[in-house]
Amino acid sequence: MTNNKRITIDPITRLEGHGKIEIFLDDKGDVERAFLQIPELRGFEQFAVGRPAEEMPRITPRICGVCPTAHHMASTKTLDDLFHVEPTPTGRMIRELIYNAFQFEDHTLHFFFLGGPDFVVGPQAPAGDRNILGVIGKVGLEIGGKVIRARREAREIINYLGGKIIHPVCGLPGGVSKALDEEHRVQFLDSAKFIVEFSQFALQIFDDIVLKNKEYVDIVVGDAYQIKTYYMGLVDEKNKVNFYDGDIRVVEPEGKEFAKFKARDYLDHISEHVEPWTYVKFPFLKNIGWKGFVEGKDSGVYRVAPLARLNASDGMATPLAQEHYEKMYEVLGEKPSHHTLAFHWARLIEALQASESMVQLLENKDILDPNIRNIPTETPTEGVGVVEAPRGTLFHHYKTDEKGIITEANLIVATVNNAAAINMSIEKAAKALIKGGKVTEGLLNMTEMAFRAYDPCHACGTHALPGDMPLVIKIYDKDRELVKQLKK
Amino acid sequence: MSTEKPKVAFYWCASCGGCEEAVIDLAEDILKVVEAVDIVFWPVALDFKKKDVEAMKDGSIAVSFINGAVRLSEQEEMVKLLRQKSGLVVAFGSCSHLGGIPGLGNFWNKETIFRRAYLTTPSTDNPDGTVPLEKTEVDGKELTLPRFYDTVYTLDQVIDVDYYLPGCAPPPDLIMNALQAILEGKLPPKGAVLSPNKSLCDDCKRNESKPEKLTIKEIKRPWEVELDPEKCFLAQGVICMGPATRTGCGERCIEANMPCRGCFGPTDQVIDQGAKFLSSLASILDTDDEKEIEKIVDTIVDPAGTFYRFSLPSSIFRRRRMEDIK
Ligand code: SF4
Ligand code: SF4
Repeated sequence: MTNNKRITIDPITRLEGHGKIEIFLDDKGDVERAFLQIPELRGFEQFAVGRPAEEMPRITPRICGVCPTAHHMASTKTLDDLFHVEPTPTGRMIRELIYNAFQFEDHTLHFFFLGGPDFVVGPQAPAGDRNILGVIGKVGLEIGGKVIRARREAREIINYLGGKIIHPVCGLPGGVSKALDEEHRVQFLDSAKFIVEFSQFALQIFDDIVLKNKEYVDIVVGDAYQIKTYYMGLVDEKNKVNFYDGDIRVVEPEGKEFAKFKARDYLDHISEHVEPWTYVKFPFLKNIGWKGFVEGKDSGVYRVAPLARLNASDGMATPLAQEHYEKMYEVLGEKPSHHTLAFHWARLIEALQASESMVQLLENKDILDPNIRNIPTETPTEGVGVVEAPRGTLFHHYKTDEKGIITEANLIVATVNNAAAINMSIEKAAKALIKGGKVTEGLLNMTEMAFRAYDPCHACGTHALPGDMPLVIKIYDKDRELVKQLKK
Repeated sequence: MSTEKPKVAFYWCASCGGCEEAVIDLAEDILKVVEAVDIVFWPVALDFKKKDVEAMKDGSIAVSFINGAVRLSEQEEMVKLLRQKSGLVVAFGSCSHLGGIPGLGNFWNKETIFRRAYLTTPSTDNPDGTVPLEKTEVDGKELTLPRFYDTVYTLDQVIDVDYYLPGCAPPPDLIMNALQAILEGKLPPKGAVLSPNKSLCDDCKRNESKPEKLTIKEIKRPWEVELDPEKCFLAQGVICMGPATRTGCGERCIEANMPCRGCFGPTDQVIDQGAKFLSSLASILDTDDEKEIEKIVDTIVDPAGTFYRFSLPSSIFRRRRMEDIK
């Protein structure tokens, strides 16, 4: 059919590069298909070849400058496996400290600066107010200052131990390059305690502003933002959420455990589908198969990231976070929850677990042990490393020659796991709001909100600044003439 | 001059988003800048349809900060347009300055990169051998993607660049200094790299422990040895790009007890960072016997990927020869 209408939303985001949404209408003017296209590829899997394996933790973070610490850690863990060496207990503690600090600060960035302002300031508020300044306006200057301080102190920990907050460098097979001293332990413990308080307080804000407002709750549990998929996340031996290590667990849309496997076996469980119209690949559950962009138990589409991790677990690993976990499922009324907007809530609960874990790690003086690294003695071969990045399960897989030079690399990047689901969420929002060729103004808002809940990397850096996330929807008629333009 | 606020644009090419994060990290400071300027583009960009930019008067944007290397047709088109519309263009960060990590793609070409990404990676399930196409039809609906080039380019290989802000990512103090210099019109000569023109070793605390002549017999890899947190890496036999790298980063990697990989690029006098490193290394080895030097240099794994970690596209080689790629 050539007489379709086409709607272009450009640019909507950045996964690896900025994305573009194309919506096609049928004869009746209803949505037929929506495509999220990612027009960028950089080819890390290929240019890793020939590099010394130990350099990978310094190369792969450039896949994403928003979550470089996740790549750094996944890569470092891959080196442990590849060189057949366990990190020393202290090496592991320092890595976990860095990683939890990162998880906290990234989640906080998202809630207060990027995706959260939709809620805190209100989805109906003028776009120009839906940013960190709007948040401060609503919750008060003192709180705004706390947000900035909590993030700064968490980032200071990563900066000190990792060298650089953007693209850390400290990971080596068997441990880390830099030890922690008592002076900094005390300082960081103070920060961590403040960060726990802050995280609880962030949940309180969510409670006051979102949960006490029926209108918001209705939006969260509304059908337009719901898709039923499988869920994936790392869990510890008690099936509790873990960001740094554990087994990968997958649950069915009804909540039953579907699979639980070790990082090394990921190829038995995950495959990636290629479409000719985007540079991004679409991962799916291999044992179900790729059935297209459809929901439900018969489709191999799964979701990752905060809500998915909570769905795939039996609880949180720390006590305060566990209380909130229980409350969340009570309010949402079902587990797993399929409400895309509940990702925001889950994100704050995870930030609390990360903060509590920081305190636990820093209260233990073993973290001061100078024995921070085991030097590998075995011949490197092949390794797989996995972590939970803020945006989902992240896989690194390298093979080397006997000198430890990379011969093959494979990466499944966090956000990419959600690529199919994001596409489906957008299509669903579009279908709900475009009827008979009539486009509601709310389309902009809803598409943006559906999309931002996944926190696909940098989606909206503009939210950090006065100004709005610019979005334009253009509607063309059958002759490709621009008939309408919506802008905010 | 009118009293209008100067217009500023940010644009990203092949980059990771770390450079945007670096700007956001200026936190409170950036708010002052935002008050003083009118941001007409931002990383996630406005409606940057080409025609909207085209509608602006030539030279009407005071300064465009462009990060990322150039690898796609769309990026090339956009930066050319921004050049035309901007008074000043600043290459922001290692990728646009030197090619950066994405520049390692110049060891390969489009075909090998696509083959790996879409066909041979073990998780890929692609029985039909589908690869992304510049133009596709899905049920009669046409979708387009920008062209992917064989080669990664630095910004100044595509357009004229006025200043360079080095680093992966550039540190906050250098960004603020650059913004202030531009806003106050206190500009250095065109083509300047906005960081002090001396080597990292000149500022490094470990420099004093670096002997006049290195007595090392072989090069060690960082994972093989205990890394002394006080001693010069080269003196420990570990490759550190300090001698061939411009200072200004605050020795961030060294502070974490890891050697430099050269993200700031070379100083003004040096054309090729890798060649400069090799000659510095040869000159400090404690031997004049060329065979001996060769033997030591031979123990370096992946010299090209290490000496040109961030600068392959800007090097005299620019890329591996296409005919050598299998
Ligand atoms: S070679 Fe590296 S460690 Fe040695 S003085 Fe130079 S920058 Fe410092
Ligand atoms: S030490 Fe070297 S690699 Fe590290 S930030 Fe400085 S210039 Fe870049």
